[in-house]
Amino acid sequence: MKDWTFIVILSIVAMATPLAPILIGRLIGPRKGNELKNATYECGVETRGDTWVQFKVQYYIFALVFLVFDVEVVFLYPWAVAYNRLPLFGVLAGVVFVITLAEALIYTIRKDALRWI
Amino acid sequence: MNLPTLESINLLAVLPVLIVFGWTLVLLVIDLFIPSGRKYWTAWLGILGLLGAAVALAVRFIDARGAAVTAFDGMLTVDGFSLFLQAIFILTAVIGILLALDFLPRHKIERGEYYILLLFTTGGMMIMSMAADLIVVFLALELLSIPLYILTGFARPRADSEEAAMKYFLLGAFASGFLVFGIALTYGGTGTTSLVGVFNQLAEGEPSRDLALVGMALILVGFGFKVAAVPFHMWTPDVYQGAPTPVTAFMSVGAKAGGFAALMRILIVAMPAVGEAWGMLVAILAMLTMILGNVVAIAQRNIKRMLAYSSIAHAGYILVAVSAAQRPEDAPLAVSAAIFYLLTYAFTNLGAFGVVLAVEREDGSGNLLEDFAGLGRSKPVLAAIMTLFMLSLTGMPVSAGLVGKFFVFQAAINASVGNPWILAAAIVGIVTSVISAFYYIRIILIMYMQEGEPQVVLKPALTVALALTALATLILGIIPAPVFQLAKDALLTLVG
Amino acid sequence: MDSLFALIPLIIVFPFSGVVIGVFFGRRLMPHKDSIGPGLVASILAGASFVIAVLMFIALQGHPEGVEVPLATWMNITAGDRVLDIPWTFKIDTLSSVMMLVVAGVGTLIHIYAIGYMQGDIDEQIAKRGFEGDEAFDFKRRRYSKFFTFFNLFLGSMLVLVTANNYLMMFVGWELVGLCSYLLIGFWFDDPVKGVYNSESGKKAFIVNRIGDFGMLIAIMLIFWTFGTVQFDDVFARAECMQAESQEACLTVSAGEAVHEEAEGEHGEAARPYLTPVALGKIGTVTLGVVVTIITLCLLLGATGKSAQIPLFVWLPDAMAGPTPVSALIHAATMVTAGIYMITRSNVLYAMAPISGTAVAIVGAATALVAGTIAVAQFDIKRVLAYSTISQLGFMIAAVGLGGYVAGIFHLATHAFFKALLFLSAGSVIHGMEHGHHHAAHHGHGGDDPDFDPQDMRYMGGLKDKMPITTWVYIIGSLALAGIPPLAGFWSKDEILLDASLNNQLVYVLLSISAFFTAFYMGRQVFMVFFGRARTEAADHAVESKPMMTTPLIILAALSVLGGLLNLPGLHSLAHWLEHSVAHAHTAEFNISIAAISTLLGLIAIGLSWLLYGRKPVEAGQADPLRSTGPVFTFLNRKWYWDELYDTVFIKPYVWLGEFLAVTIDWKFWHDFVHDRIIGDAFRGWGAILSQPIDQGVVDGAVNGIAQLVDGSSQELRKTQTGYVRNYALAVALGVVLVLGFLAFRFLM
Repeated sequence: MKDWTFIVILSIVAMATPLAPILIGRLIGPRKGNELKNATYECGVETRGDTWVQFKVQYYIFALVFLVFDVEVVFLYPWAVAYNRLPLFGVLAGVVFVITLAEALIYTIRKDALRWI
Repeated sequence: MNLPTLESINLLAVLPVLIVFGWTLVLLVIDLFIPSGRKYWTAWLGILGLLGAAVALAVRFIDARGAAVTAFDGMLTVDGFSLFLQAIFILTAVIGILLALDFLPRHKIERGEYYILLLFTTGGMMIMSMAADLIVVFLALELLSIPLYILTGFARPRADSEEAAMKYFLLGAFASGFLVFGIALTYGGTGTTSLVGVFNQLAEGEPSRDLALVGMALILVGFGFKVAAVPFHMWTPDVYQGAPTPVTAFMSVGAKAGGFAALMRILIVAMPAVGEAWGMLVAILAMLTMILGNVVAIAQRNIKRMLAYSSIAHAGYILVAVSAAQRPEDAPLAVSAAIFYLLTYAFTNLGAFGVVLAVEREDGSGNLLEDFAGLGRSKPVLAAIMTLFMLSLTGMPVSAGLVGKFFVFQAAINASVGNPWILAAAIVGIVTSVISAFYYIRIILIMYMQEGEPQVVLKPALTVALALTALATLILGIIPAPVFQLAKDALLTLVG
Repeated sequence: MDSLFALIPLIIVFPFSGVVIGVFFGRRLMPHKDSIGPGLVASILAGASFVIAVLMFIALQGHPEGVEVPLATWMNITAGDRVLDIPWTFKIDTLSSVMMLVVAGVGTLIHIYAIGYMQGDIDEQIAKRGFEGDEAFDFKRRRYSKFFTFFNLFLGSMLVLVTANNYLMMFVGWELVGLCSYLLIGFWFDDPVKGVYNSESGKKAFIVNRIGDFGMLIAIMLIFWTFGTVQFDDVFARAECMQAESQEACLTVSAGEAVHEEAEGEHGEAARPYLTPVALGKIGTVTLGVVVTIITLCLLLGATGKSAQIPLFVWLPDAMAGPTPVSALIHAATMVTAGIYMITRSNVLYAMAPISGTAVAIVGAATALVAGTIAVAQFDIKRVLAYSTISQLGFMIAAVGLGGYVAGIFHLATHAFFKALLFLSAGSVIHGMEHGHHHAAHHGHGGDDPDFDPQDMRYMGGLKDKMPITTWVYIIGSLALAGIPPLAGFWSKDEILLDASLNNQLVYVLLSISAFFTAFYMGRQVFMVFFGRARTEAADHAVESKPMMTTPLIILAALSVLGGLLNLPGLHSLAHWLEHSVAHAHTAEFNISIAAISTLLGLIAIGLSWLLYGRKPVEAGQADPLRSTGPVFTFLNRKWYWDELYDTVFIKPYVWLGEFLAVTIDWKFWHDFVHDRIIGDAFRGWGAILSQPIDQGVVDGAVNGIAQLVDGSSQELRKTQTGYVRNYALAVALGVVLVLGFLAFRFLM
């Protein structure tokens, strides 16, 4: 039963942690509303027009491609640091990874995904 | 920590899957330079790659002589079980490509990515059958699922295809969440994600066993979704109906087999210590699945939906075999029955969908049961083949289905000594088989007894696929023993 | 192992590939009306099978003990502590080699003969139906290729039967040849005149054989029950083991040299076999002797069906409705000998059950006599031969029943030669008669007899000048069948009589009498058909058949003359050949007085037939000389009233029982009385409101209720499929709760 005790405690803590600030804030915080405070984005720019505008799908494609190559760095950095201590397989793995990414680049270019229309 | 070396990676043992992935990556580039309208080149090249993988698989099979080895530092296990299932996956993929060859241009959705995605998901399935670590299981599952989500929406302008893809994706992600949570709890309970480690920890009776038990249940939920077990089956009919028919055919066989591969390995290899618990759960799920699948199938008027429910029901029969494997001494027979059933089901179901494809029209209609009326008169051979598939799905003599069911129920009844749950599942299985005869044989009646003018388009590739599946269904039904012997020798092993 | 043995699967691959070719390309092989493509392909494939059989024979010279060549595992089922393991394995030993040679060899000759015969036969049918032009061509193409497809199917099935190494695979072949027999007897099921009779004959053969097959199945099940295997060698090894040991100790015994030799040594004493108890499940224990006796008697029932013995022989005469090559191949030379082969194969079991052996011998001898007497009073040329076949099969069965396996197989082989010869020659005669009939009808003299039957011997006569080759080969065949030295039939029949005289005097007397009748009816037939003057215009205008048909006749005639060389007294080559595979084979030494008596009987019978039919030939319209015997002739002509007897004893009561159940019990009692009177009237008496729902509700509802329940719940459950992802996700979540709840409830608390 020990595990279950922990789980119950964890659940209680997990629920209490977000609930507590909300409740505490509501209980002890002063309520003096003014126009600025009641605005949707209290500390930002007031929105204009309809929020349901359409984005070009290319934004997403660009974002995805960016993400892929961004994450590449995350993987390649430790690889580059430990490079001279890696066995042959480690080197090969990195090479395969880079080739795969390069292929993704070829694919995107060939599919005209990087041309802004 | 020991860094992996070429020896511990053991690339030769996993050569088939490496060929599939490597060739697919190459094919992705080749496809870029194949003009549209000639995409069948991609398809045939894909089949070529699969055949290469099949050769590597055969070499591996002869080389290994039943011995099991690990690869990628214990992350993968290459044993008889995984080799047998990889053979099923390769077969399924080849037939999946053949089914799509004429379908895609006819429906004006011919894009080379279809074949590439199909190969990727096949690779995912192959890894799934070998996964010896929960993390790899999850990776393989995603590798299997994500291309399938895309394939489901492949008939892009069609709303029902897109809707099906969205549903499949959302619910799949939801179910994956449970799986990951289950893996996390198992890790929490045993302190390891490797199946060997889990086995050892559970065998020692660690005090954290309960946590692993909950983890097991959630893993079961995750795979229950993949194999379409009740009550995690709700996506199946909608997705099967909406997806392009070749995808449905492929998915109904491949994804299910992949799910079962990992499920069986986790439950039977790593968790025999809690076998009683999961055995009972699986038996209950099996009963629910068989009853609901078979009963609801009766009410369907759309053949793809009907086959979706039928595929749910068949998942139930395989679950019976899984549940019969709860005691280690019963496991070998039950596992061989399950994988043999998967093989027979693969041939039969792919073939049945092949016939559906032939009758389907360009606008996506032609999937109602009534559309099969008169097929017996206008296309007697096609109707005869469909009759064979329907009889096989029912489990009638001279078809693979009977043999598959026979071995599953035999394994279940063998294992049911002192375990009423398995016996109950077996009995429910037999009774629901009888119910299932109603909707399968209805198709035969409609084909032969009703008047109608079905529009049939039968191109060479589809004909080859139909001939292959029909022949295999017939041969497995008449001389099952050699192949079943292979399934019997395909042992599920714990190596670490 | 000799590498030649590895070729054995081809022996069935060839004929079965012929089936495939016939089904898919048969019609395309026949580009024009007189093309013989399908027949040629089928004959070549049959010949290829024969070549394989010869190769097996050659290979066996070096390995007379025989080999088993596995092809595939057919099924392997674990049932409790026993394994039902049925491989498809070819058994090549001296016995199956003899059968392969006979089946494939005679089969090939008959295939070749049928190439020509079926051309004419189909033309005859076309003329009967009045087909013209394309219709006629299409009909011919369809039927011609169909015939050879069936023929190849038969050959392949028969070879499956004789090459099987276990009882179940043999049973598969056994059933397949039965199917082919049915298909080919009823080949002209759509004949405008005799179609109904033809199809009825096919059905009769099929149904009568079911009774025999029932016996076979029971025997096979009992064999598995007792010995835990169905493979010949293992069954016999275990059977011999069980004579000394308990059942448990023997269930693992497999056929090996040691077991075989040891058991053979013990066989001489045979003191204990009847006392070894055999556990029969939970029923109790019986002794081995009883079980083996039951098994062998059930096998005998199977043999009486397939080999047309009393009491199941009635189908064979009607089977002559099929085309003549079918009668020759299936109903004379090969299929009907399956029973003899099966009993010879099971000789170890029969040796353990002397009662069954005697029963077999008596059945065989009685059949030989009964059928022999019936043949005397028949007028249809093929029917005489049919009863003669039954009679000769009786000889073989009697021989194997007495343990004279060599004699039985010897007679099987020689009989295959001369009976095939006689049937094919009869076919040639019929062909000639039909030709003459057309000629006569064409020229308008006397050919318009509406009752004309080309098979009726009363319409023949004097054919020896018109059809010289046929006449000579027919006479050779007849002499061989009559047992006149030095033709083949003499040697084999003599050996059977010799065995009988040593073992069972009753059987010997019965067989000798039937040998006398055999010679008599063959003499009668020859004199009626070929000698004297033509009794009809048709016979007057008959012509000799084409070389395509007469060549096989000449080859078979040569075999009928020389067949005796197989096992001449003193040499015993067949006996030495068979002793490797038939454990209980034995041969008696030639006895001059037995031979002299049988020869003398044969010659007297032929002389008698010459007195009655040859000296003063029967003229057209004249009654048969035997008519003077009055009721005796009628009795024989009506086949001892067997059909009538069966009609009275089995069929009429069966029909009556069926009608009783249908009319009296079901309709009058159940429907009228129970439903209408008791249920209907009683409820009507209670009131109109109650009666309606209960009458329909109870009776129909019981039947339809389950279906409605399933269908209804199906429709209800279907509604949960809303199409909304949120609902589906909720279902998954609920499922998780259920799973975890169950787990918590069952395993954690």
